[in-house]
Amino acid sequence: MVRFENVGMRYGDEPEVLRGITFHLEPGSYHFLTGQSGAGKSSLLRLMYLAHQPSHGKVSIFNHDVATTPRKELPNLRRQIGVVFQNFQLLDHLSAMDNVALPLRISGARREPIQEHVAELLTWVGLGDHLDAHPRTLSDGEKQRVAIARAVINRPSLLLADEPTGSVDQEQGSRILRLFEELNKTGTTIVLATYDHGIIEQYQHPVLRIEKGTLSLFWDATRGKK
Amino acid sequence: MFAQRVALAPNQDGTSRLLPWIIGLMVYLAGLAMSATMVLEQVIDRWSAGLKGSITVVVEPSANSGDRKAEARIKTALSVILTTPGILSATPLAYADVAELIEPWLGEDVLSLDLPIPRLIDVTLEPNQKIDLATLTHRLETAVPGAQIDDHKIWLQGVLRLARTAELIAILVVVLIAAAAGATVMFATRTGLAVQCDVIEILHLIGARDAYIARQFQGKAVSLALWGGLLGLFLTGLTVLGLWLLARDLEGSLLPTVRWSTPFIAGLAILPLAGVVIASVTARLTVMRHLSRML
Repeated sequence: MVRFENVGMRYGDEPEVLRGITFHLEPGSYHFLTGQSGAGKSSLLRLMYLAHQPSHGKVSIFNHDVATTPRKELPNLRRQIGVVFQNFQLLDHLSAMDNVALPLRISGARREPIQEHVAELLTWVGLGDHLDAHPRTLSDGEKQRVAIARAVINRPSLLLADEPTGSVDQEQGSRILRLFEELNKTGTTIVLATYDHGIIEQYQHPVLRIEKGTLSLFWDATRGKK
Repeated sequence: MFAQRVALAPNQDGTSRLLPWIIGLMVYLAGLAMSATMVLEQVIDRWSAGLKGSITVVVEPSANSGDRKAEARIKTALSVILTTPGILSATPLAYADVAELIEPWLGEDVLSLDLPIPRLIDVTLEPNQKIDLATLTHRLETAVPGAQIDDHKIWLQGVLRLARTAELIAILVVVLIAAAAGATVMFATRTGLAVQCDVIEILHLIGARDAYIARQFQGKAVSLALWGGLLGLFLTGLTVLGLWLLARDLEGSLLPTVRWSTPFIAGLAILPLAGVVIASVTARLTVMRHLSRML
């Protein structure tokens, strides 16, 4: 599903923010990604959702080597990846419904199913009465839920979430994590970046720990500590 | 509740608001340049038609020449003219005909004034033939002192050259305006790209193809250019109509009666569409080029 082999990453001419990253995520797995602020979690996620090229090493997503995959094929890979951005990245001029519908529209889905699915999902995340609300009128927690709905509306094969419960209350956080569990049970591979050790301990999924740009811990319950 | 909204934020940058006005101005200028080209074309056609096909030879009366001598000079001139290659026919005008020509200035009884009236020979050229006017003039002057070719060709050629140059400049102006329109759209699109880079990145990351994102910009550029183009066309129409009404009232003008040819009207109507096409293609190319630098 996701394979990193001795991967490094830098922004422009700056020093590498990631070095020697090697791991492999099986299809249907669920991993937590943790590490201190600035350790490189978001950069690692950027490599996984194909926003950035590695400065060296090999990144494979869905068995496609990113470096050799033709550029025109990358949108197809991206459509199988759902991303919950740390700062939501919603389009302010679009309503909650239109924001969530965007991945479906881009994929060319028909209008009626889009409307039905989007309304259903937004209702499920507790925003049924905010369908037409624009992001600037929503609280951070509500924006977070819209962002999560947008990330999962396309039933992605790989879901990458950067602090998805950081802006919501405990109850909503639990609902979101349950949604992720359900998605994982249906085969979605999940990587959830969080600094909340309570969540990590509660769900007992394998952990990727980043420290100063290197993968310091790759703990997998089925394989033991690497 | 749920609409097929464009993914780009509307009118976030000032350049977008200015674009219709700039396109409108360019269509207006291009329309004026095209109109000027059309008028020049018709002027050139009229003048050219007047130049082609005939010349007039003027045989000045010599001092103490009687009728017999004058007729002899005409005959000599005719023999010179008719032996020149490219001449189809040469017909001397009778005194009465010449008198009729100058009658508006000298009155009906001009012949009774005993004035030294020149004789005229109307010369018709063979179609599509060029004659060597300089040589003919020289031969005439040698054979019939005082004979000359009354031909406006020399100064009209200068005017025609000027008119054709002006026509070329007008066409060049249209081309430059098209290029300027393209550059304006390119800069506007680049500004839009800079302003909306976050939106573009999101669309890109959730799987939008370059063509999808480019279409968003294209749609915006097309609507702005169409609006501006129609405005420019309207102003062009008003201006051309005003000038046409003014020119129509002129009497004895050098300008021919302007004919509203179908190609001209079609050309004017195409201007806003040309603006739209330029805006659309430029926006697409600019966005596609920008996106090609992204992973």
